[in-house]
Amino acid sequence: MSSNTRIKEQLIMKRPDSMFEMKNHYCPGCGHGIIHNMLGECIDELGVQENTILVAPVGCAVMAFLYFKMDGCEAPHGRVPAVATGIKRVHPDKIVLAYQGDGDLLAIGMAETIHAANRGENITVIFVNNANYGMTGGQMAPTTLPGQRTKTTPKGRNTSTEGFPIKACELINTLEAPVFIERCSVHNVPNIRKTKRALKKALENQIEKRGYSFVEVLSMCPTNWGMQPVDGTKWLEESMIPAFPLGNFRDRGAE
Amino acid sequence: MSDKLLMKGNEVIGEAAIIAGCRHYFGYPITPQNEIPAYMAARMPEVGGVFVQAESEVAAINMVLGAAAAGARVMTSSSSPGISLKQEGISYLSACELPAVIVNMMRGGPGLGNIAGAQGDYFQATKGGGHGDYRLIVLAPATVQEMADYTVQAFDLADKYRTVVMILGDGHIGQMSEPLVLPKPTGKTFDKSAWSLTGAKGRDQHIVRSLLLYPEDELEKLNIRLQEKYKLITKNEILYKTYMTDDADYLLIGFGMCSRLARGACDVLRKKGLKAGMFRPVTLWPFPSAELAKAAAGKKKILVIEMNAGQMIEDVNLAIGCSIPVDFVGRMGGMVPELETIVERVETYVK
Repeated sequence: MSSNTRIKEQLIMKRPDSMFEMKNHYCPGCGHGIIHNMLGECIDELGVQENTILVAPVGCAVMAFLYFKMDGCEAPHGRVPAVATGIKRVHPDKIVLAYQGDGDLLAIGMAETIHAANRGENITVIFVNNANYGMTGGQMAPTTLPGQRTKTTPKGRNTSTEGFPIKACELINTLEAPVFIERCSVHNVPNIRKTKRALKKALENQIEKRGYSFVEVLSMCPTNWGMQPVDGTKWLEESMIPAFPLGNFRDRGAE
Repeated sequence: MSDKLLMKGNEVIGEAAIIAGCRHYFGYPITPQNEIPAYMAARMPEVGGVFVQAESEVAAINMVLGAAAAGARVMTSSSSPGISLKQEGISYLSACELPAVIVNMMRGGPGLGNIAGAQGDYFQATKGGGHGDYRLIVLAPATVQEMADYTVQAFDLADKYRTVVMILGDGHIGQMSEPLVLPKPTGKTFDKSAWSLTGAKGRDQHIVRSLLLYPEDELEKLNIRLQEKYKLITKNEILYKTYMTDDADYLLIGFGMCSRLARGACDVLRKKGLKAGMFRPVTLWPFPSAELAKAAAGKKKILVIEMNAGQMIEDVNLAIGCSIPVDFVGRMGGMVPELETIVERVETYVK
């Protein structure tokens, strides 16, 4: 074979430069890896890797900072927005990311969530909603669907005693200060692309010092949902999206 | 022209923090320390600093954690029930080896208690109010002047050892006005560039964390390092004061406000011909055990005076190895022992 018959290689996808090469510790079919990757791509495209500090939650993403070539800080359970506030008030020119799950953001950290949003802290909150507590083995979360079986709702979430799913975007949308609120999903490619666009806008808002941005990402947890990864994407689409409608709630960055 | 000012204890803490270079304060209202956040809210903008009224004490201490991780000199203040809420963050700060200054203007407890000055948080401050094996440096000022001096010192200690330093005052000293001379900045600087979060530009990432899943390789190592640090602090940083102890037959011991009572009682007792002296721990942790043992040697009796049920007695007995009888005068619930009670108690020792 002569050299001029070789097929020209074209790189169509690679690990973002802002991310380390490491084994993914998340479960098969979990959405965290996709969200990390989209975040890494946005950080690359905006050129802010050396300027960004990631605050990780207690939950499956507790070691999220190990994936990124950026400074990282752990926060006690639910306190990510408070820790992020402290960092941002010291370094107003750094990009501060608050990465949280549903138990962290809406249960134990509800006060911190609402008040950081209400102060309009110039941070970016990335909220991964998978309708249960993943790290502790699948207990009921504030976003668990009515009737959904979890370790602590073995017969399904009973709305008469356990209430209804809390809708984070809708709640934050009642506040004056936030500049960007959007709910996305990573259950298929078109929605992954939309997620990336939302993350990028949320980061741009912070870079431009516009204020508080909130991106909720519906994400699969097939391990704790008790299903195969492919069924997880289907369950998200059929069960979660009707309860948590996708879309942009506010985009003052565009104004 | 004298540099002497008349200032309220709580406000002095705010000004002293600013003198020490603190430009970040996060707090939540609670009596009897409300003058501190009010002072910071007014003063911080004048010096280019940051004041945030947090949504809770829990949020405030975690803002402190973030600011400390980012490399700032940072302070929060509260009073007893609020300090209970901060314990989670204090444990994390200690585990992450972050420097911070925390002020507790103690009030009557337990529970919501009341807003009168008290000393019921001695155990919480000195034995570790949160989870895990950690210690705080605990400074107990007795005058408004000391509130200023120890607050400035607290920031240097916090940075020097990357640890949490607590100013343990009480509602009385926070609310009282006394003349003082504001301290000068110490001029000490501490390089935080090896660990603080400033963005990984031209260097490897910095991570501030306390989740260390491997017992032998990670978490035990952190604990060993912390214990070595605490040994060093115990060796280097003990502070105490004495008053007429050398020839004394009776040794009165109190911290903070109660040391003022003990000193006053010594004067009265000396006039009555009774040789009383005072020993006052200034660092409640590290406790001046060896120093107390030395001061107590040969004394006939020790009287501990506290505004609690007798929490410091345990450390006193440990220091002297139970070699001398220890008596106690104390009031609880926001009450202050009376000078007459102390004097009369010592008089019973000679009958």
